[in-house]
Amino acid sequence: MNKTAAGQQFIMKRKSREKSKKNYWVAGDSPQKRVGIHCCLIVACIFVLYPVSRIITVSLRPLSTLLTTDLRIIPPNATMENYIKLFTDHSFLLWLWNSLIIAVGTILLSLLLSTTAAYAFARWKLPGYRLALIFLLTTQMLPAGMLLLPIYIVVVRLNLYNTYLGMIFAYACTAIPFNIWLLRGYFLSIPRELEEAALVDGATIIQSFTRVLLPLSTPALAIAGLFSFMTCWNEFMMARVMLQRPAVRTWTLALERMQGQFSTQWGLLAAASFIVAVPVALVFLAASKYMVSGLTLGGMKE
Amino acid sequence: MEHIQYGLEELGKILIVGVIAVSIIEFVAYILCKKVFRTRFTVPYMLLAPAIVGVIAFIVYPFLFNVSLAFSNMSMRRFLNYNVGWQHGVQNFIDVFTVPILQRVSFFTLFIRTLIWTVINVFFHVVGGMFLAILLNRPMRLQNVYRTILILPWAIPQVIVALTWRCEFHYQFGFMNIFLQRLGFSPIPWLEDPFWAMVAVIIVNVWLGIPFMMTIIFGGLQSIPQDYYDVAQIDGAGGIQQFFHITIPLLKPVLIPAVMLGIIWTFNNFNVIFLINQGGPMEGTHILITSMYHAIFGLYRYGFGAMYSMVLFVMLMLITMMYFKVMGGFKKEVYE
Repeated sequence: MNKTAAGQQFIMKRKSREKSKKNYWVAGDSPQKRVGIHCCLIVACIFVLYPVSRIITVSLRPLSTLLTTDLRIIPPNATMENYIKLFTDHSFLLWLWNSLIIAVGTILLSLLLSTTAAYAFARWKLPGYRLALIFLLTTQMLPAGMLLLPIYIVVVRLNLYNTYLGMIFAYACTAIPFNIWLLRGYFLSIPRELEEAALVDGATIIQSFTRVLLPLSTPALAIAGLFSFMTCWNEFMMARVMLQRPAVRTWTLALERMQGQFSTQWGLLAAASFIVAVPVALVFLAASKYMVSGLTLGGMKE
Repeated sequence: MEHIQYGLEELGKILIVGVIAVSIIEFVAYILCKKVFRTRFTVPYMLLAPAIVGVIAFIVYPFLFNVSLAFSNMSMRRFLNYNVGWQHGVQNFIDVFTVPILQRVSFFTLFIRTLIWTVINVFFHVVGGMFLAILLNRPMRLQNVYRTILILPWAIPQVIVALTWRCEFHYQFGFMNIFLQRLGFSPIPWLEDPFWAMVAVIIVNVWLGIPFMMTIIFGGLQSIPQDYYDVAQIDGAGGIQQFFHITIPLLKPVLIPAVMLGIIWTFNNFNVIFLINQGGPMEGTHILITSMYHAIFGLYRYGFGAMYSMVLFVMLMLITMMYFKVMGGFKKEVYE
């Protein structure tokens, strides 16, 4: 009797403690400290948000008052002039389209090459596989600028200068090592027995790979695809070297050129930035949790 | 409209080329494995073959090609009829350290500037990220809202961030100077004066880099059990003691690789400096990597640039190894 009462009391206590953890105003810090923390964070948020909000401000300014010392976030007599001009006077859609083709091609090619390779590394103990994996890791240490000149010359020699294909090859192949690490780590975490069962049931190795393993590793595939997409969608340095023709110009290059004619096109630049940044930032924010875990995912399993 | 058609046509061509290339590679791999080497690993080798070809074509071969270029006198005038030889390599190597890399800055100026740039940036990234992560790491209201907002600089494409900030450093119409003037200071020539231009690029890069560190450190903090702090509290340890004796040691496995990544990224940061000021004014904000880019693609000194990039690569390796030696972190679990 006594015992159960004590037990109940303990459970009650524990429950109330759990409750108090959820009730932010009871647990932890003193009120003054809490106010201080919120103040610090709000200041930090203002430091982040103000420069970002300026993109919107500048993009909404009418052409007649592009250059003002006005600091209001929504400018007086705001218009959509810049946005309209972007689509009518400039080939903004073409730039996005070029970036999109290159990004999609890169994702497809790099995933195709790296899933198969990662599968080979995950399921067979090939002679020298450790060495190969370490080699792949070292390639990640090469400064990006270092391979720029030789890749440029390779691309020129292959007659792929100024083409989507050259860009896609270059981006996809440089993305392979990271993707292999990421995907191999994930493949190792999937029990082998599942595939063995499929093999016993008469599936071929290719079938067990495509029908069993790949569907189970969609999260890892999504992360790898997202990483590839983010890097080549936002890439600037290599594109600047390899794409000179206006017809294949990507948005990063186009925005940089707008910046060249700085004083007149400030509003246009801001409008273009806003349109490009919003979807990318949304995707990133939605995926950031997985992106960060993805950075460590490949390294979890040996 | 015709652009879309052109794009789709190109995409179709790429697919066809890809399928043909992969089939050829697979066929060759099959023949090699089955007939020539007679290995029992035919299937995995065939799975690996396309990736191996890709890595060789776009990483290994360019790397070796870069080595050979470093020992050549390739330049704008000698793009096709260049010579490879030891004497050119030695000449290029000596040139890197004696001749100005661009018009006026020498290697050592750039080296010291890059070191300062890297140290200041990584320091502020870690301190700022740590500060925000610790503030966020507690039961509190609006935690997710703060995190989402604070991660924004990382989420926005770097090119856009750099170009936007460039506008905001404009002498007359950028908000930095407008604020300064309203507060009663005199405006700063952000992009016209070499010193202030350096300050400007550092401000932008610090702004850009803090969210990454914050996210990584936040993840690390969440894995530290609250019990340690409770026990420390009972033993009478203050907040600062708890920070240095619990937080820092337990964050080490997260911090060491993150700082290493930060060093490599900052050392190699091209976008911010190039897009904000093209390394100007008077080459005052060039760091090693941007000057390499400019030497190669602006001044067309290909052979010299290749040797220069090799020197940078070796330096980066040495810095990374030194870092690991000092931190005692060259452990297996960091990588595997």
